[in-house]
Amino acid sequence: MASAKEVRTKIASIKNTQKITKAMEMVAASKMRKVQERMKAARPYAAKMRNVIAHMGNASPEYKHSYLGERDEVKRIGIIIVSSDRGLCGGLNSNLFRETISHMKQWKDKDIDIDMCLIGTKAVSFFTRVGGSIVGQATHIGDKPAIDELIGTVKIMLDSFNEEKIDQLYLISNKFINSMTQEPTAEQLLPVQASDEEELKHHWDYIYEPDAKEVVDHLLTRFIESLVYQGVIENIACEQAARMIAMKSASDNAGTLIDDLQLVYNKARQAAITQELSEIVSGAAAV
Amino acid sequence: MTMTIHVDIVSAETELYSGVAEMVFVPGKMGELGIAPRHTPLVTTLKPGLVRLELPENKEESFFVSGGILEIQPHVVTILSDSAARTEDMDEAAVLKAKEEAEHAFENRGDDIDFEHVQQQMVEARAKYEALQKLRGR
Repeated sequence: MASAKEVRTKIASIKNTQKITKAMEMVAASKMRKVQERMKAARPYAAKMRNVIAHMGNASPEYKHSYLGERDEVKRIGIIIVSSDRGLCGGLNSNLFRETISHMKQWKDKDIDIDMCLIGTKAVSFFTRVGGSIVGQATHIGDKPAIDELIGTVKIMLDSFNEEKIDQLYLISNKFINSMTQEPTAEQLLPVQASDEEELKHHWDYIYEPDAKEVVDHLLTRFIESLVYQGVIENIACEQAARMIAMKSASDNAGTLIDDLQLVYNKARQAAITQELSEIVSGAAAV
Repeated sequence: MTMTIHVDIVSAETELYSGVAEMVFVPGKMGELGIAPRHTPLVTTLKPGLVRLELPENKEESFFVSGGILEIQPHVVTILSDSAARTEDMDEAAVLKAKEEAEHAFENRGDDIDFEHVQQQMVEARAKYEALQKLRGR
């Protein structure tokens, strides 16, 4: 049986761990509230942008942008993978990577090559180990990502789409459903998918100022950027939520562990006292 | 009853306005646009400047946008601004200071800076100040 002192040090060290996990839980909880607000605030922009793009997909413009039409043959695709920068957030990243790998397998079966853009250190370290062609990465984006930090990675993908190196572009990130559930999802960014609103089916077009090409180019680039930005913001919210839950269960587990050890400690202490007593008694008897 | 048109103003950070208006004025790339209900579909980019809404019952609201995209559907106007603010929330002194700083930075620029960026900032700050002046002057 372990001595009382050993158990005591063990309890003390678990208590320290518990303090850390509790602190992390609280930090994650307060950060989550903030990033959740930021995420909600950014949603209308992306939603409105999506509407406009959907309308545009249904219009019959004189200038057809390459982002709007499906390509006949898909040989190579690009994926942007959004992960967190830090660990200790439960299964958030591993779930995302599992989902990614299964998608990649499906594409591989169809003989489609894959280019990857990685956002977040976790994705970088995972996919360098797994292997594959990585064309761009962005790490250490923090809690308040500036849109221009992300534009670089997006631009790489857009350029290779323009040069017809890739024929489709996907975004794989965690969707925030609620603070308990986050779901890894793959969303097709390019070509942009048109909406199916019936009333818009007749022939019509916008007036473009200054001219169609400039406006449409500007709009579509903004659109893709805003989708990626939204994905990153949402992933940050997911990260904080997942960390909060993971740290909460870690603190709870530490609590049960301490309770168990406390029992062991009490037993050991009693055993030691009993032993000492019996030693004294037998010692007195021997005199 | 007069005809109205639905207006949505959103910026990358937040939704600023969603409601009806009788007339909308926006700073389009090619010049100021006045949009009445049943306007023909139009898309354009925006310059930094003032977006003015004429609301029913003779009310008015105005916003500053730093550029962005405007989409017009016959019954919906959508303004996707890069960043925007309600003019009522804008602080004149702060705007003036920002304008002066931007102009200062532009005049004393070295060779190593991003010319376009500084110029863009100055143009934006100036437009913001002028928009505010115009509004206060009336």
